[in-house]
Amino acid sequence: MSYQHTDWLLPFILVIAMLAAYLVAAYRQRGKTRSWSDRRTACFALGIAVLVIAIIPPVADFAHHDLRGHMIQHLLIGMLAPLGLVFAAPVTLALKALPAAAGRYVVVFLHAPLIGYLSQPLTALLLNVGGMYLLYLTPLYAASLTSPALHTLVHIHFVIAGCLFTWAIAGPDPGPRRPGLRFRLWVLFVSMAMHATLAKLMYAYRWPRGTHHTPEEIQSAAQLMYYGGDLTELVLVIMLFRLWYRNQKTLKTAGPLQRKERLKTTLPI
Amino acid sequence: MDSKLAQKRSLWSTFLLGIGFMAAVDEIIFHQILAWHHFYDRSTPLVALMSDGFLHAGELIIFVAGFFLFFDLRKRGFLASRFAWAGFFLGLGVFQVFDGIVDHKVLRLHQIRYGVDSILPYDIAWNIFGVFLMAIGAVLYSRARHNSTAAKPWHNR
Repeated sequence: MSYQHTDWLLPFILVIAMLAAYLVAAYRQRGKTRSWSDRRTACFALGIAVLVIAIIPPVADFAHHDLRGHMIQHLLIGMLAPLGLVFAAPVTLALKALPAAAGRYVVVFLHAPLIGYLSQPLTALLLNVGGMYLLYLTPLYAASLTSPALHTLVHIHFVIAGCLFTWAIAGPDPGPRRPGLRFRLWVLFVSMAMHATLAKLMYAYRWPRGTHHTPEEIQSAAQLMYYGGDLTELVLVIMLFRLWYRNQKTLKTAGPLQRKERLKTTLPI
Repeated sequence: MDSKLAQKRSLWSTFLLGIGFMAAVDEIIFHQILAWHHFYDRSTPLVALMSDGFLHAGELIIFVAGFFLFFDLRKRGFLASRFAWAGFFLGLGVFQVFDGIVDHKVLRLHQIRYGVDSILPYDIAWNIFGVFLMAIGAVLYSRARHNSTAAKPWHNR
């Protein structure tokens, strides 16, 4: 199947529009009592840059006929880009920038039962790593090579599930009914283990099957997945411990009212 | 923080760092540079493959946890350095022996080297080195304890 060169145009326009919206919103915070952090803006720009790199034709073409390319693309859009996008706190910025009436809709949306359910770390874990198991250990991957619609859907799933997981584990944006840090660390631990295991399973048993990929190609793609996953997960672990560290500092000056909260925010070390 | 707690935390933070450090050394030297270890060898059972995933994830988290504990102690001036060194060597040794016995022999994730007549000398050398590191840690620990009881009462520096 030939890859259409115009296929990248629509997602490209979409992500640039997202960046433009973020920049405008951040710019409009200037002059207020607290202007928007430049670090967060840089985070968002980096996240968008990673997405752009993943969808430009040379990378997309490489990804389409070589599993190593696909894996690089997967790591970029499903793991690295979400780090930038989520730690840029886009929802917090939206709440600040939008007029009160529109902001209320965002809050109502965030408190919808579906969002509450999806943002639970375990659900996010299942959607994120569970989705990967489904893709690589079933004929789904082979099917996505011949169906452009499925192919697009897989990529959208990678981005959304990656962002959802990053947000649920350590995202700065508020999450409704979010469990404590200890539980989130356990979920992250399981996620990392499942990701590493999947990479080794693919390496050992030559998944995904039913494709034109050679065994050598699959093995080096699996190794990319293993080590690339390590790097991005390491960042997530650091961000989670950073939250713990900050909570611990603020709790030292906290009164007894926050004691109950303390149980939820401290780690067993 | 009293001195006992500071000593205990100093020991544990570097113990975690030692485990993570040795795991990183193993990965870099034996997997990547020497390429003696294999990413996967055909004799590994499926369940071992999965437990390896959990061990690997645990190592990464342990390293970051140790790092945060260590720098928190340092920043607040509570680091008891003798205990910290003892903890670091104990961590190095414990990981080395754990890797040599559990990863290589029990789970059979990979062997130290392939294509050699006998793996036994490699296994012995590997574990002796691990025990040696643990012994250094133990000596440092007893010295640290002796030092902390013999010296003037520990106070904030």
